Amino acid sequence: MKTQTINKKQEVAEKTERITGSEAIVKSLIAEGVDILYGYPGGAIMPVYDELYKFQDKIHHVLTRHEQGAAHAAQGYARISGKVGVAMATSGPGATNLITGIADAQIDSTPLVCITGQVFSHLLGSDAFQETDIVGISTPVTKWNCQVTKAEDIPGAIAKAFYIAKSGRPGPVLVDITKDAQITEFDFRYEKCDGVRSYNPVPKTSQEAVNAAAELINNAKKPMIVWGQGVILGQAEEELKTVIEKAGIPAAWTILGASALPTSHPLNIGMVGMHGNYAPNKLTNECDVLIAIGMRFDDRVTGSLDTYAKQAKIIHFDIDPAEIDKNVKTDVAVLGNSKESLAMLADALNKNSHESWLQEFKDLYAIEFEKVIKGDLHPTKEGLTMGEVLKQINIESKGNAAIVSDVGQHQMIACRYADFNVSKSNITSGGLGTMGFALPAAIGAKMAAPEREVVAIIGDGGYQMNIQELGTIFQQKTAVKIVVLNNEFLGMVRQWQQLFFDKRYASTEMTNPNFVAIAEGYYIKARKVTKRDELEEAVKEMMASKESYFLEVCVEKEDNVFPMIPSGASVSDVRLS
Amino acid sequence: MNEDIKSFTISIYTENNIGLLNRISAIFQRRHINIESLTTSQSEIDGVNRFVIVVNITETNATKIVKQIEKQVETIRAYYHTEDETIFTESCMFKIKSDLLFNEPQIQNIIKESYARIVTVNKEFFVLEKSGRRNEIESLRRDLNVFGIMQFVRSGRIAVTKDEMKVTELLKAFNNQ
Repeated sequence: MKTQTINKKQEVAEKTERITGSEAIVKSLIAEGVDILYGYPGGAIMPVYDELYKFQDKIHHVLTRHEQGAAHAAQGYARISGKVGVAMATSGPGATNLITGIADAQIDSTPLVCITGQVFSHLLGSDAFQETDIVGISTPVTKWNCQVTKAEDIPGAIAKAFYIAKSGRPGPVLVDITKDAQITEFDFRYEKCDGVRSYNPVPKTSQEAVNAAAELINNAKKPMIVWGQGVILGQAEEELKTVIEKAGIPAAWTILGASALPTSHPLNIGMVGMHGNYAPNKLTNECDVLIAIGMRFDDRVTGSLDTYAKQAKIIHFDIDPAEIDKNVKTDVAVLGNSKESLAMLADALNKNSHESWLQEFKDLYAIEFEKVIKGDLHPTKEGLTMGEVLKQINIESKGNAAIVSDVGQHQMIACRYADFNVSKSNITSGGLGTMGFALPAAIGAKMAAPEREVVAIIGDGGYQMNIQELGTIFQQKTAVKIVVLNNEFLGMVRQWQQLFFDKRYASTEMTNPNFVAIAEGYYIKARKVTKRDELEEAVKEMMASKESYFLEVCVEKEDNVFPMIPSGASVSDVRLS
Repeated sequence: MNEDIKSFTISIYTENNIGLLNRISAIFQRRHINIESLTTSQSEIDGVNRFVIVVNITETNATKIVKQIEKQVETIRAYYHTEDETIFTESCMFKIKSDLLFNEPQIQNIIKESYARIVTVNKEFFVLEKSGRRNEIESLRRDLNVFGIMQFVRSGRIAVTKDEMKVTELLKAFNNQ
């Protein structure tokens, strides 16, 4: 063992080479397996771009049209691949433009490493040109951040950044590197980080806690699972399936948990939350044991906490101890990585089935189908619905596409109706609700998984928040499919105005440009659909296209998304109209 | 359902890093919790810092906050304690005109009875230092205020717990994982 360590040290020493800080940054990224990064150059990061130019064959830098686009593209890359996404920007405005993406990654637990240039260290604090305290600004929205002012600290900081971003509950980190550190030469060697002494990323799963959970589940008459993204991040899809199937438990998902279990699975009972399915929302307040797995009881999931699952024993599986009892008091908490804890749970569970309980979900689904789903997917009215567009995409993709949605009505429709056969296929801004997320995130997703069909579903509002990224799609020849569901409104806000503000449509009506002409301006094949009989053929053409394709579908202007739990109401008060 | 607001002493063991204070205080700020006092210093372990933060909150909030602090990468461990569970003190300094020391004989009695210590005396002023509980410091300040105080300053609370902290063991356990 000891000789091994010595040999390893010698090997490392031999690998030392004298290079600049900026070359060290690029070599560190390559050592971490980064093949693609997204960014935008500028004064304080130029030495790094010069090195990126030299290493083009090893690492592909994607020039987005705005740093926010770079951050979201890196998120899309991370969400579909499970790998760390990397974004780069210059100091000042370059760095602050990353913030929305970083905040989004923080609340949605997405592993991201952001590298920002900073002014010379002797200028720090002097209000120098393009100086901003990005470490201070990003502190509340990063898992970890640091500023590097010496070249020799670069490899250590980057190694730590990657380790922290991807370990435990993933999240965004930011490394701010001064220009003098970038241009100074030093003896470079790279060692990956495998631990930080003050940081315990994966708490140990206690067998006693698993047993206590299993006992509650084994004795339950009406158990219900709600899983979240923790299952996907823990790569525990198989373990989840085993648990569900062995104990015969109906299982619902949060928006970020979608796709961990195929849509068609007989025990998949749909989405919980504000616009989730009727049955799992309603029956949250009927179940006797609620098993929450890798989810955080967000207010959009729980509605009013005072009336949330009060009758049930609560079991909470999570990797993050700070989530336990944060919103909902648990009876049994099981800490640890979901892959491990769910495997332990599966072993401790009795084989079971809950047919009559499952039937209750099916009965409520039938009601939801009659009152909502039928009208969404098989409309008889003249105007097109968002739901029928999704249905058409499902038919063409056979449920194998990754769906990247933006924020608003179309997002809820996409999450409710998209078919998912493959995990990591629902890429959306869940926690932060960032309009403008989808177009750049779809770029990142397609580049990380070029073999997969990636369809961005975007509203006319969110599309225009990062519409400049069409330039990136054009330059990179990224074969993403872009569907804009155009209702000429900020639809979700309009829906709330209709329901809660007496139809006073304050600043939600949009006069939109010629979207087809804009896409064509970027040489992207484009088509607009206004009538039902054109839809099928247009979606077919889009999905068959080998290149990027823009499809605008003009949908009914004042459709609402139901079911809906009004803000602050109980999950059992979920409305169907 | 309404829980009592109590005074809690939050002790945090951390790495000694720039920016961590910001990260920790942001957790209080987000929940709109006023920090009554905050002290940071070297702890009993080399290279490990200790924060002592006093806040008035409910115990439920104290648990949540401590977990969110502990979640920060560079926090080794965070605890919360009630006043009964800690031994604590504050210290303060008074700068007072030297004339008063000779012209107002009562001042000498106040100093003696309060167990305050004279740090320095010169022709113009003298400096008094006192450690103790908040009420002792406050009563001394009131007594001296009658004669006029040139400057007064009080530190945040420092506290040790009656319970063992076991941070060294924790650090070892982290490293052996």
